[in-house]
Amino acid sequence: MSENISPLRQPHAAGDSDLTGEVAGLIVAALNLEVAAAEIDADAPLYGEGLGLDSIDILEIALVVSKRYGVQLRADSQENQSIFASLRHLCGYIAAHRTR
Amino acid sequence: MATSPRTGPGSPPLATLPLLGHGSADATVAYRGGTGISAAQFLADVAALEPLLGNSRHVLNACADRYRFSVGLAACITSGRVSLLPSTHTREVISQLKAFAQDAACLTDEHDCAIDLPRIRYPTERAPARVLPFEVPQIDAAQLVAYVFTSGSTGAPVPYRKSFGPLAACVHEAARRLGLAGDTWSIMATVPPQHMYGLESSVLMGLVTGHALCAERPFYPADIATALAAVPRPRALISTPVHLRALVSLGTLLPPLDLVVSATAPLAQQLALEVEQRFDTRVLEVYGSTETGQIATRRPTACAEWQLWPGVTLTPRDADTWAEGGHIEQPTRMCDVLELVGGDRFLLHGRQADLVNIAGKRSSLAYLNHQLNCIAGVLDGAFFHLDDGRGSQTGVARVAACVVAPQMDAARLGEALRERIDPVFLPRPLLFVARLPRNSTGKLPQEALMALAAAHLKSSVA
Repeated sequence: MSENISPLRQPHAAGDSDLTGEVAGLIVAALNLEVAAAEIDADAPLYGEGLGLDSIDILEIALVVSKRYGVQLRADSQENQSIFASLRHLCGYIAAHRTR
Repeated sequence: MATSPRTGPGSPPLATLPLLGHGSADATVAYRGGTGISAAQFLADVAALEPLLGNSRHVLNACADRYRFSVGLAACITSGRVSLLPSTHTREVISQLKAFAQDAACLTDEHDCAIDLPRIRYPTERAPARVLPFEVPQIDAAQLVAYVFTSGSTGAPVPYRKSFGPLAACVHEAARRLGLAGDTWSIMATVPPQHMYGLESSVLMGLVTGHALCAERPFYPADIATALAAVPRPRALISTPVHLRALVSLGTLLPPLDLVVSATAPLAQQLALEVEQRFDTRVLEVYGSTETGQIATRRPTACAEWQLWPGVTLTPRDADTWAEGGHIEQPTRMCDVLELVGGDRFLLHGRQADLVNIAGKRSSLAYLNHQLNCIAGVLDGAFFHLDDGRGSQTGVARVAACVVAPQMDAARLGEALRERIDPVFLPRPLLFVARLPRNSTGKLPQEALMALAAAHLKSSVA
């Protein structure tokens, strides 16, 4: 798209809570969770305790996130552990690496 | 093959088999990060690990790195120890393992291993490679090398013996079926080495048939591409429908891939076709179970029928099908609905109603119900299949449960369940109900349970 640059097109800085809500919604929909997106504690661990997700869930999230934001996730770095440490970490990673 | 018959008075002839199928000291046994590890280095690592195993005759091999797992397995074999390979490491399972083998220790390569057993750390220092002569250990075909476990319906894991000869025979046949001849194949697997499929198709396929296993277990599609690119052709990817669906769905670019193997759950023909076309490769599907190991293969894009391993027979008894013969060490009731179509061929018509199979982890509704109802505060509860596959990108269907537990909330109950069952079986959703629709004999008709769940889900959405 080639519209003029407007203040709205600064998602990395301005849209923190918007992005968090959006990603929470994607997770709830993708994983069939019986919890409202708004109820997810942004600082609770996604893996193991907290939301209690397992590795298949993580793969589900990775697929959804890759398609929606063009972010490629890799497990080969220490970063991967921290990406899924919480919803906030995941959103931080998406904001920094998104291509769409 | 280097078998040397050994006979004693009055005993049947025994054979020994080489631990490695590699013909020379510098043959590649494994790759890590694309760097080859020689047979001589592997045997030196095995010899260096042996004394660290201490007095335990039973070793739970929890190494995540496939090379270290393989060294651990081999060191147990060459020292006459037995590897314990449960499908999950929940606290409940570990305490039952302790009762099964009181001297069990845990071999681990992780810093924060939480398994409650005496710990043997995999050494961080690499052993100096042994010099000549190159001598591959010969293993008695009858030697017990591992116990694998299934979850019995009453709560205690059921052990199955795995001896070296039958394992080796199974894997040699698999290599023949998959066409792994000639060159040394690089075998990359997305499945864990502890799982029967991974044990056979990645670890033993590397060691026993003389190919090269890869230490990595790539997870994300991008990881799979990177890991494959680091190793030479011919390349085989040992995987599952979950990972293959992820690769196709993201349109991942892979380096030339010579073979894809799928197991753990039925591979849809359409997905098999997409994998073959997109990656210009061949897809073969393996069928087996923890108890029997691999017993059949097919090429899903060519034929719906499965072809059995030589010597293996399927026999219908009542409503079940039993597998025996060949490399199978004990006659086994299969948990799937199988239709014999003559000779060594059969069709697979899905799972038995009680079976739960999620991404290669197997359980039964009976087992899960038992665990749920063991929790203090749970008055009644039942798991069931909820196969609506809503929105799943990976195609994995979960199990759901209805529970009567007026004093508990979802968080506490989830925590209690996680102590007992593998996370993949945690109910999704977990519905709290006032009572279960049991009939006058105490039985719980599936239809009534499904109707209750449907009503509950509808009201929670509304």
